[in-house]
Amino acid sequence: MNALPDPKAQAAQAPGAAVFELIEVEKTFQIRPPGRRFTRETIGLKALDGVRLRVEKGTSLALVGESGSGKSTLLRVLLGLDAPTNGRALYHGRPIRDARAHGRDFARDVAMVYQDARGSLDPRMTIEALIAEPLRHFNIVPKDQIKSRVAELLNRVGLPTDAAKRYPAGLSGGQVRRVAIARALASEPSVLVADEAVSGLDVSTQAQLLTLLRRLQQDMGLTLVFITHDLGVASFLCEEIAIMYLGRIVETGPTDAVLNAPAHPYAAALRAAAPRFFEPMPEPLPGEIPSPLDLPKGCRFSTRCPAAQPDCQTRDPQLGRFGQARAVACLHPLASPET
Amino acid sequence: MTAQASPLATKAPAPATNPPAGPPKTKRRGRRSIFVRRPFFTVSLIVALGYLLAAIFAPYVAPYDPVLQSYDAMMQPPTAAHPMGTDSYGQDILSRTIYGARFALIIGFFSVIIGATGGLVIGLAAGLSGGWVEWGLMRLIDSILALPSLILAVAFIAILGQGVDKVVIAVGLSMIGPFSRTVRADVMRVRVQGFVEAARLMSIPSLQVVWRHVLPNVIFPLAVQVTIRISEAILVSSSLSFLGIGVTPPTPDWGLMIAEGRDFVSFAPWMSAMPGFALALLLIALSIVGDGIREEFDPKGRRGA
Amino acid sequence: MSDTNLLTVSDLTVHRGAAKILDRVNLSIAKGETLALVGESGAGKSTIATALMQLLDGAEVEGRAELQEAGDLLSLPARQMVKLRGRRLSMIFQDAGAALNPAYTVGRQLTTTLRRNLGLTRSAAHAKAIELFTSVGINDAEARLSAFPHQLSGGMQQRVMVAIALACNPDLLLADEPTSALDVTIQAQIIRLILSLTRERGASCIFVLHDLALASQSCDRIVVLYAGQVVESGPARDVLTHHRHPYTRQLESCVVEIGRHDLVAPEGTVPPHDQMPKGCRFATRCPRALDRCAGEAPPLTPANPAKDGALDHVFACWNPE
Repeated sequence: MNALPDPKAQAAQAPGAAVFELIEVEKTFQIRPPGRRFTRETIGLKALDGVRLRVEKGTSLALVGESGSGKSTLLRVLLGLDAPTNGRALYHGRPIRDARAHGRDFARDVAMVYQDARGSLDPRMTIEALIAEPLRHFNIVPKDQIKSRVAELLNRVGLPTDAAKRYPAGLSGGQVRRVAIARALASEPSVLVADEAVSGLDVSTQAQLLTLLRRLQQDMGLTLVFITHDLGVASFLCEEIAIMYLGRIVETGPTDAVLNAPAHPYAAALRAAAPRFFEPMPEPLPGEIPSPLDLPKGCRFSTRCPAAQPDCQTRDPQLGRFGQARAVACLHPLASPET
Repeated sequence: MTAQASPLATKAPAPATNPPAGPPKTKRRGRRSIFVRRPFFTVSLIVALGYLLAAIFAPYVAPYDPVLQSYDAMMQPPTAAHPMGTDSYGQDILSRTIYGARFALIIGFFSVIIGATGGLVIGLAAGLSGGWVEWGLMRLIDSILALPSLILAVAFIAILGQGVDKVVIAVGLSMIGPFSRTVRADVMRVRVQGFVEAARLMSIPSLQVVWRHVLPNVIFPLAVQVTIRISEAILVSSSLSFLGIGVTPPTPDWGLMIAEGRDFVSFAPWMSAMPGFALALLLIALSIVGDGIREEFDPKGRRGA
Repeated sequence: MSDTNLLTVSDLTVHRGAAKILDRVNLSIAKGETLALVGESGAGKSTIATALMQLLDGAEVEGRAELQEAGDLLSLPARQMVKLRGRRLSMIFQDAGAALNPAYTVGRQLTTTLRRNLGLTRSAAHAKAIELFTSVGINDAEARLSAFPHQLSGGMQQRVMVAIALACNPDLLLADEPTSALDVTIQAQIIRLILSLTRERGASCIFVLHDLALASQSCDRIVVLYAGQVVESGPARDVLTHHRHPYTRQLESCVVEIGRHDLVAPEGTVPPHDQMPKGCRFATRCPRALDRCAGEAPPLTPANPAKDGALDHVFACWNPE
């Protein structure tokens, strides 16, 4: 909502400017080979492999993938907690690690809502103290206005004012998520990154949080990066979607377009597997996600792909343009690009 | 707070998704107080407080001077004049036991403070540093832990000499090992929790993170440990006195009194039995109080509520 | 009608201390039928499953649960219950990783069940185990038998659980959120697997689910629970498309299907057990609540009283839709 004081960042805020831009990002972890506990040698595990992603200002992007797809690693790269092994990860045109290391502007501008909201709140602090911490740390309001600002934030996320005096342990799961959102909004960020912020909740609580998040995003003009495994949530909340499989984005574009006519067979399978009222149970994808230590040759999805052709086993497709606004990493896309 | 905030709350549009707050958990807990729910805890707390009062007001409570020797009243069984009998020097055992509480609690309290402070420093350093520093500190702690605290205290006494202050230091030093272990374990547990990363993400300087988020979450379990380990410290100090290397006679110390009565146990059992009983009762009371506090305030238990 | 039912639960009530977790729950399941218990957390849907298995600790259980040829499950002596578990009814848990013993190989856990319940010899049990593993879609079954639970993925662990649960051909399978810890593509695999295996064996299956869409895809009948009470039950299609209870509508309207852009979030949360309304328990949150609802609990009423045979679509509401 507030413009950044950083002149560099301001210069980059031309219309259509990217908040985040990832160019061929690769992240390799050195791990011990599985099953061999007493060895010093390590092998590389490619958690991210050739990720290209652009997050425009004011947009909402859903990052969708199953466990092992690398979405958590991508999140850590976006937040500057991990440096990419290869490639460039930029925030307003500047390397993210750099932006994080210098000054507090990045930390203030990019706020995070954790999947484990309860664990992300210090159990020995009251809700008021928890929300006041970023207010104080970033000097958002003068000292004497902190209390009223906390009450305002609680109100904005739909919590009663008397919640301020309580501890996280005294709140329900849905309320704790609201506190985490209020805390993230306290620093007046322009980017909100949320990791499975509505998963594991009852449907009515989930619906309450989803409408809250959408209202906040629209009212405050937030750029939203929302990690989820639920395509329904993605389609409700986000304009853009990026679907990940084994460390790579396999399809991206406007959510409705992608979900109405998925081009990548994996996106189609994911779409089909999502429960829908009275539809017959879909034929599920065979097998499980392969180990990133032992990537299939050629296309990484070829081992499970129902539409695999012979050349899929030899050529590794890169994420390439598919019509106007979409991109897909498949040699034989299912849909034809709309013009 | 509420006066300031309520106009704000009414002014802003009430969100449709306002969940009912429900009464705070703490209020519900307060309906039946801990003293009603835990009768053993209450009794033990009263006993422990009784000891504390007796220790503080010993000169007013004790009927005799604890070191007043009387050749007319040697080794008397419990009578109206001497409710716990007298020892081989004719000293009143009740008075000596009351004064003994003073030494027991002073030694127990201060040595545990030394142990906890040392343990906190070493444990924090080990838990936060990582790498070679952590490895070195942990091996140091391991080597301390290899010896039981009594043996260690004996070794320190051998270096420091005898006396109440020396006993406090010796017992305190011998307890640093176990305290460091638990502090380090707590630091390791807290360090990887989401709220520490969240603070890091907010670019809060690491020292501030330690001070504001790690320390409070470590201090509390440590405080519980302190209440539990006071009894251990008292036991070690009494053992030192019993072995004749702790507090010097004629100081009215329970361990010392038990040791003195040992030779007469067949015909004057009260000489050892009375201080022994006093010691046992205090240790049991302190353990129950410590356990009660731990179970009541453990955040893990509270989270489930 | 009731004598063809495999299981008939009547007036199942569970107290834990002062809290009434289940309140006079009635349900029945026919042979070969799949039934979904749906509702939000605190509705008591898992409690029903654990009560039927006599696995509920520290709670008072009242009512009856008549299993064909076995009698009342709730009052059976523990020794007879042990005999029934596995053979007549078995259970699959949400967290397969926690339900499997980490100290033994999955093969050993399966063969132990087989040998104890079916009295097979060691080699016969081994052969049967390979057969079962293959039937639940585990490739290379022989090698996977010697794997420890932690060496398997979540989906594989759940397959092992299914194999163990179906090892002795039970008549009734209770599946408590069997897929909510799994990825969607794996979820589809597991649900299909459970459905095809139970169908093959003519077994009945009670699913505990929170996903209404999934329930509509996988189950013949649906029981909607709110705060420990049945609010609506009947054939899946009737309950979901011609629902009468406002809570069923609310649950359904909260499901975010793909392509859905309007979502009306309901107000409030389930009241805590000690603050339950005296009348209809949903009255505090109900958009259609009348004065009567607060004071008087509505009974279960047939949805189509005119027609015969459609009696099993019932709801409990004073002001139905």
